[in-house]
Amino acid sequence: MSQANNGAILATEADNREFLVFSLGDEEYAIDILKVQEIRGYENVTRIANAPDFIKGVTNLRGVIVPIVDLRIKFHLENVEYGGQTVVIVVNVADRVVGIVVDGVSDVMTLKPDQIKPAPEFGVTLSSDFLSGLGSLEDRMLVIVDIDKLLTSEEMALVDSASHH
Amino acid sequence: MDIADFFDTFFEEAEELLADMEQHLLELDVDDPDSEQLNAIFRAAHSIKGGAGTFGLSVLQKTTHILENLLDYARKGELTLRADLVDTFLEAKDIMHEQLNAYRNEEEPDRETYERICQTLQQIALEEIGTSLEVAADTAPMTSAPAPTEEAPAEAAPVKEEAAATTAAGHLKVALINVDEKDRILLVEELEQLGDIQSQSGDDKRYEVTLSGSVSAEDIEAVMCFIIEPDQIDIQQVAGDDASASAPSPAAAPAEEKAPAEPQKAPADTKASAPDKAAAGDEPAKGKAKKASAESSSIRVSVDKVDQIINLVGELIITQSMLDQTVSDLDDQSIGNSSLQNGMSLLQRNARDLQESVMSIRMIPMEFVFSRFPRVVRDTAGKLGKEIELVTEGKSTELDKSLVERITDPLTHLVRNSLDHGIEMPDVRESIGKPRTGKLTLSARHQGGNILIEVRDDGAGLDRDRLLAKARDNGLNVSDTMTDEDVFQLIFAPGFSTANEVTDVSGRGVGMDVVKRNIQGMGGRVEIQSKKGEGTITSIVLPLTLAILDGMSIKVGSETFILPLSTVLESLQPDKDDMYAMAGDDVVLKVRDEYLPVIAIHEVLDVEDAITDPTKSIAVIVQGEGRRYAMLVDELIGQQQVVVKNLEDNYRKVPGISAATILGDGSVALILDISGLHRLNRAKKEAGKPANTQTMSFYKESEPS
Repeated sequence: MSQANNGAILATEADNREFLVFSLGDEEYAIDILKVQEIRGYENVTRIANAPDFIKGVTNLRGVIVPIVDLRIKFHLENVEYGGQTVVIVVNVADRVVGIVVDGVSDVMTLKPDQIKPAPEFGVTLSSDFLSGLGSLEDRMLVIVDIDKLLTSEEMALVDSASHH
Repeated sequence: MDIADFFDTFFEEAEELLADMEQHLLELDVDDPDSEQLNAIFRAAHSIKGGAGTFGLSVLQKTTHILENLLDYARKGELTLRADLVDTFLEAKDIMHEQLNAYRNEEEPDRETYERICQTLQQIALEEIGTSLEVAADTAPMTSAPAPTEEAPAEAAPVKEEAAATTAAGHLKVALINVDEKDRILLVEELEQLGDIQSQSGDDKRYEVTLSGSVSAEDIEAVMCFIIEPDQIDIQQVAGDDASASAPSPAAAPAEEKAPAEPQKAPADTKASAPDKAAAGDEPAKGKAKKASAESSSIRVSVDKVDQIINLVGELIITQSMLDQTVSDLDDQSIGNSSLQNGMSLLQRNARDLQESVMSIRMIPMEFVFSRFPRVVRDTAGKLGKEIELVTEGKSTELDKSLVERITDPLTHLVRNSLDHGIEMPDVRESIGKPRTGKLTLSARHQGGNILIEVRDDGAGLDRDRLLAKARDNGLNVSDTMTDEDVFQLIFAPGFSTANEVTDVSGRGVGMDVVKRNIQGMGGRVEIQSKKGEGTITSIVLPLTLAILDGMSIKVGSETFILPLSTVLESLQPDKDDMYAMAGDDVVLKVRDEYLPVIAIHEVLDVEDAITDPTKSIAVIVQGEGRRYAMLVDELIGQQQVVVKNLEDNYRKVPGISAATILGDGSVALILDISGLHRLNRAKKEAGKPANTQTMSFYKESEPS
């Protein structure tokens, strides 16, 4: 009996996950902290012609060419501005390095499994396919984004659709 | 450094030594051997033996030991070299290489080949040196010793074709390890083509096929390696019931007894003549190995480390330019900063030099690939009974190491293919007025920002009609109106072979499709040009990937792009009178007597703040895929070397852009792809046709001529 209890406690502790919380407009989003490589400013982005408007271009990250995606444009937010405060979260997904532009990064949160609720079916701009759930934290609600799925999805146009041809 | 590092060093070194040995053996003139070369071969064997002894790699050590003894006789002139002996030495070298690989993978080397080669070498020692006392007994050893020297190196007997054909017949047991059913069926089909299958059984784990015929284990591996890994194949000679095949079995049985006994006698002599060097064992052997590495004056470094250095140096350059900028902003205000300025320019120069040196590390000359082909050609030609001269061009063309490694296999296949059904038999060649000796040329050069590797032969060429007929037989959808180019591409279709009869070298239709796949995997392409009766040119065009590019930086609006310098022919200020609007919204520029399609970069790549009046911009005449274009840009900035970084690593292919690079200020510049831009230009014009008509008014209507 006690053994089972211990197992349960261990399991819940192991199941706690840490998320990086960032804001887009008034909403708070979260991504798995393990996907995040670093956070840096928005600068020196070279435009890529004929790419979708939310792909701002590519930048040099210590010798690596990294595409920069502006999630604010992708999610159709108003007031898309670039300045000293604009933040790029560099994430590692599917063996790739991608930078995403957000309005700001607030903090790192630990969520217990029971704090993560399934995401309802909604959204035209952000299909619920790309959400791993909603995190509730007292009075805050975090939209937990499955960044792997989102960035490798066809509509992000970040990956060659026919990867080998 | 732990023991594993020492092992690695030894393996690397031994491989280098074996390569040296092979090169010297190939260059060796058997009629008048150069004593320096013989010494070099001997030294290589000796060093390997020493190292193998130190690390307790007994099989390798023993094999090398016997070889070394023979070589010692050879360099002292007590053993008269002959082409077939050199072949045997080469085979021994190959086997040592296999043993080395086995040890590397922490496996025991194949016992059977070990015993076989030892026996063969022993036999040579016995026969040759035993009879060498009786002067001019030239034919005697040949006739008395045919069994041991010939049955083993079946493939290495180009001097005696008929002998090879009759004696090599034996049984081979080919075991396929961990091969799934799909591949297995394919492989068994291939084996069927190579010889008669006597029996086959087993499962996915281990599937054994017994094969009879004149095929060698090496050939089987060569075919199989395209489909499965070498360690998934295990080929063993088994005793057959025909007369010739029974020879190895009695020979193998006493081998174990003989092996320890015989060498005792042989090395005793060597020890006396080459005293402490050979005998002294561990300590001096280590010293010897160290010396060898100093002689070859190279070290091995993992590519990751080099890449890391390249990136760091790039960062350094960027930091340096930032500092430079800051210093130049300062300079009016204080007079005392001249030493700072001097320091800055020194730093700049050093940083650039450093960058250049680091860049060159990753590049290795094509010679590394080409150097293996004399052997391939020699062996293959010997087997086929053809006379072939191999010419290599552009050996010093540098290519990124990763590409060099990956190009070797496809290239080998193309070469074998050319040798086998490209170049005709000497008699046939003579009868149609060609020189008996066929010529195979391997060339490498940089072309249009690509690396072009060609395999040229002066053989029979491809037969268009036969290709078409064969394609129909294979149920492929073809028509007589196809261009030659398309028809020739058919040989890359899976399972397609044009050879009239299947030989053991090629013509089985496996391979060419794999060749194409491999090359495409590297982002390259294969093209074939051929004239019936005159020969075939197979061209492999590889992209730069990590190669360094000489670029011309250009400015359009506020954006900087790089044009590969090799594509740039000239630049000029276009005159309004030389520009003509064509039907379909195209514009051409007349340069001397040529009309070149105009590509306005700012239109194709949507640059906003660019010069739109063509007469105020600069036309750069560029060449891509054999066609010329006039590219309109705002400004030429200058030439510079750039590191090519591909966009696909983290992003995707971008039309009109071949890759990216990092400029001195740390920003990314895109490298333009000429033909891609042209296609993009056309696509855009097609799409935007109705909306865009007013731009036409600017240009003169094209004059009817």
